[in-house]
Amino acid sequence: MSAAALPGRPARRRYRLRRTVVEAGSIGLGIALLIWSLLPVYNMFLVALDPEEGEIEFDGNIWPSDPSLDGFRDVVTQEARYLEDFWHQLGNSLYIGLFTMALTVLVGSLASFAVGRMRLSKASLLTNAALLTYAIPASLLIVPYYAIMHTYGLSDNLWAVIAAQVTFATPFAVLILQLYSNLVPFEFDDAARVDGASVPQIYLRIYLPLMTPALAVVAIYALLLAWNDYLYQAVLLSVRNMTVSMTQGQLFEDVDAPWNAMMAAGILYMLPPVALLFALRRYVVASLTIASVKG
Amino acid sequence: MSSTQPVLTARYPATAKGPGGSLGRRRLRGPELRWAIAFVLPYAALFLAFVVYPFGYALWMAGRPALYAELMSDPLYLSTVVNTVLFVAVGVNVKMFLALLLSGFFLRRRWWIKALLVPFILPWLIATAQACVSFHWMLIDQRGLLDGLLSALFGIDGPIWFNDRGLAFGWNVAAYIWKWLPFWTVIFIAARMTIPRDVYDAAEVDGATGVRRFAHVTFPLLANLYLICTLVSTLWMLGDFTTVYLVSGGAPALSTEVLATLGYHYAFETAKPALGMAAVMSALPVLIPVAIVLMRRLQTNEVQL
Repeated sequence: MSAAALPGRPARRRYRLRRTVVEAGSIGLGIALLIWSLLPVYNMFLVALDPEEGEIEFDGNIWPSDPSLDGFRDVVTQEARYLEDFWHQLGNSLYIGLFTMALTVLVGSLASFAVGRMRLSKASLLTNAALLTYAIPASLLIVPYYAIMHTYGLSDNLWAVIAAQVTFATPFAVLILQLYSNLVPFEFDDAARVDGASVPQIYLRIYLPLMTPALAVVAIYALLLAWNDYLYQAVLLSVRNMTVSMTQGQLFEDVDAPWNAMMAAGILYMLPPVALLFALRRYVVASLTIASVKG
Repeated sequence: MSSTQPVLTARYPATAKGPGGSLGRRRLRGPELRWAIAFVLPYAALFLAFVVYPFGYALWMAGRPALYAELMSDPLYLSTVVNTVLFVAVGVNVKMFLALLLSGFFLRRRWWIKALLVPFILPWLIATAQACVSFHWMLIDQRGLLDGLLSALFGIDGPIWFNDRGLAFGWNVAAYIWKWLPFWTVIFIAARMTIPRDVYDAAEVDGATGVRRFAHVTFPLLANLYLICTLVSTLWMLGDFTTVYLVSGGAPALSTEVLATLGYHYAFETAKPALGMAAVMSALPVLIPVAIVLMRRLQTNEVQL
């Protein structure tokens, strides 16, 4: 220790050398990470910017030799095969995503309010149910879902997908909201009750406003879950109710699909979540901290 | 299981404390009880209709022992089980360990490291299906970007990735890690940020820096979170369908399938739903212990830093 406390010349040189090595190492790592993260994204643009339909997109090109926005134009004007109804498909994706988001927030916040703020007896039953659902990987239930949606009269219905997504998003919502609601003092509720507020009033006027950051995270989670889903949409919906996610399933059906347009559609498809996350980034950081400390 | 205690709420007695007569402490009566039940009802209905019923249906479908005899005699099933175990074991552990290391890297005080976080998080924001298709095209033999790069930079002919079981499998794992590494890194960054500065100062006084600080200070503090995240990630990866389905598509010749895609293959491509269900249900012996450990951890652990 004493040698480090009073650095002599060789120690200082060694220190400087070590610093240089660490700096060089982290720059190298940074470059590697940048390439790793962006290569598949770059590939999406490479394919999307290709002017021609057909197989020409894949020619060992590492640079868009003749970049054009044809792919994007074909998407927007709905002229590409499989994307004749692009706006309708995007509408379906949005419909599923937004309703999944709204219902998850509603059902999750109602349940966690009753359990966390009202201390319903046997509440542990509900949180255990939530934990159990959280532990079941969604894709493992696709076969029975296909069957029961038929029983419920929801085959080839967007609501079948919404029901499935809400089911798998709510457990996370309940857990996060529970954790967060424990940080909000109970005195607020008590004061409101003394003033004669009813239960729905406490829920609407006190609970929801105070829980905004956690609700934002739940909303993002639910939307991204629905937005990222491929399997449930592909199985539960038919071509009539196609979503943008489902179009990617043409991969093995039709190699000659207009992939420049399909990739362009994929790039457009990734904009809404990026915008949403950017708009709500403050809440995301806050709640990730909560989630990681408490969970 | 000692699950009768109020879960999660019991873990924070200090914050959840109100005066003796608070709303939270009394037994619910009359209209309040009715409201509470009304509030829980949507979730309960959802749980019964879309978890209990399908799960029961699945158990009933996959209940016949003959199905498992059929699975056992299918070499495709056996190789799929091996794939699944490797896929999850390699994928989860490599990803979590990298995430833990990278979270330390991203906390270095350099402006360019902060800026790097933006492109690094991008994979998490890209829809899974599109990202996987991009991986697929990137690796599609000599016409793909990766082999194009290999020949341009090093003048070598890259392999035909999806013709080799090991390479195709490796890319499935890599694509999954690519997609989910940012998410777990951000979780660990957030956790590391909550470690008080004075803990590190004290460690430095005691001579713990660099690797020693990581091994004796940072990691022990994050160990519990690390375990929970590993378990959650195991469950997610076990249930992952899209990556394998769209990156390798099981190529070559269904040799890189995992249980989730095999179940789909049996149920929807060869029209044997019961067999597909049985294939998926055979993951339960792994799934249940992981889920139980996870539930216990989440219930009883005082995760405090």
